[in-house]
Amino acid sequence: MSRVLILALLLGLAASAHAQTPIKLKVGDVAPQFALVDLRADLQGHPFDLRAQRGKVVLVDFWASWCAPCIIAIPHLSQLQKKYGSRGFQVVGVSMDDSANVTKKTMREIRFDYPVVLGDAKLGNLYGGVLGLPLQILVGADGKILAIRSGDFPPEALDKEIAAALKKIGPS
Amino acid sequence: MRLAILTYLLTVLLLAPLTASAAPGDALTIPAAVQMQPAELAAMLKAGNPPPILQVGFSVMYQQAHIPNSQYAGPGNKDDGLLNLKSHVDALPRDQLVVIYCGCCPWEKCPNIAAAYKQLIGMGFTKVRVLYLASSFGDDWVDKGYPVTRGG
Repeated sequence: MSRVLILALLLGLAASAHAQTPIKLKVGDVAPQFALVDLRADLQGHPFDLRAQRGKVVLVDFWASWCAPCIIAIPHLSQLQKKYGSRGFQVVGVSMDDSANVTKKTMREIRFDYPVVLGDAKLGNLYGGVLGLPLQILVGADGKILAIRSGDFPPEALDKEIAAALKKIGPS
Repeated sequence: MRLAILTYLLTVLLLAPLTASAAPGDALTIPAAVQMQPAELAAMLKAGNPPPILQVGFSVMYQQAHIPNSQYAGPGNKDDGLLNLKSHVDALPRDQLVVIYCGCCPWEKCPNIAAAYKQLIGMGFTKVRVLYLASSFGDDWVDKGYPVTRGG
């Protein structure tokens, strides 16, 4: 009886350890869902729900106030949102700052033309571990991941990828 | 073309005050001789009895994954982080080997690592090694299969 209990305990510990290891995402996987408060002041806590974006091409941009290349990219992402928003494109910025106050301070200094939510370690793990920035994940209209980009990524190349993804869902 | 160049210059000028505090690029001032390759630290961990290892980056990163037995010191780009780093090492002998790492961003853009290195040198530490993570902690440590501890 005690052997059965020990075996069950060991199996439980093994399962627990496995559960703590995030699964590395790859192209073709369904993007993990999240619904978080949009931090833009004028929206007064309106939630952003990734699931509700099905049918759109979505760029999930993991960024932080301390990440210089992420900050440089924000105006480009706003431009892409303006350029392709009417065709079914949506950017969402996921801040990996340690607190919402830090993110909100940055949002007072830079204009974001797209929703911004506060991520955390749990969301990072859902996405396979956000252990370096910048990190951008392009999600297709079917909710599946089209591309994963870490480090600097030229805005022109991103523009082309978005245009190609949008072609699949409707006329330009 | 002119408009594109003008837009770029305006963006750089407008964002300069915001990014200046992060001082990306300072990592390039860290001498090559004190940089440590991931494989070298991994070997020290495997051999047992590793030196004190301190993460000088951001807590959201540390909470997801960190090097086993490493301690969270806080970001080197903040006064609080540097104070915390000081408190972690203050009692150590100055000839003690200490390893620091960040990996929040590509090496040349890291806002933390150079300030943390300077802090330790300023305190008189003579054997400071800095883990060289070219792209990020995720790309250059976790994805390479080196040991990690999950959770804060």
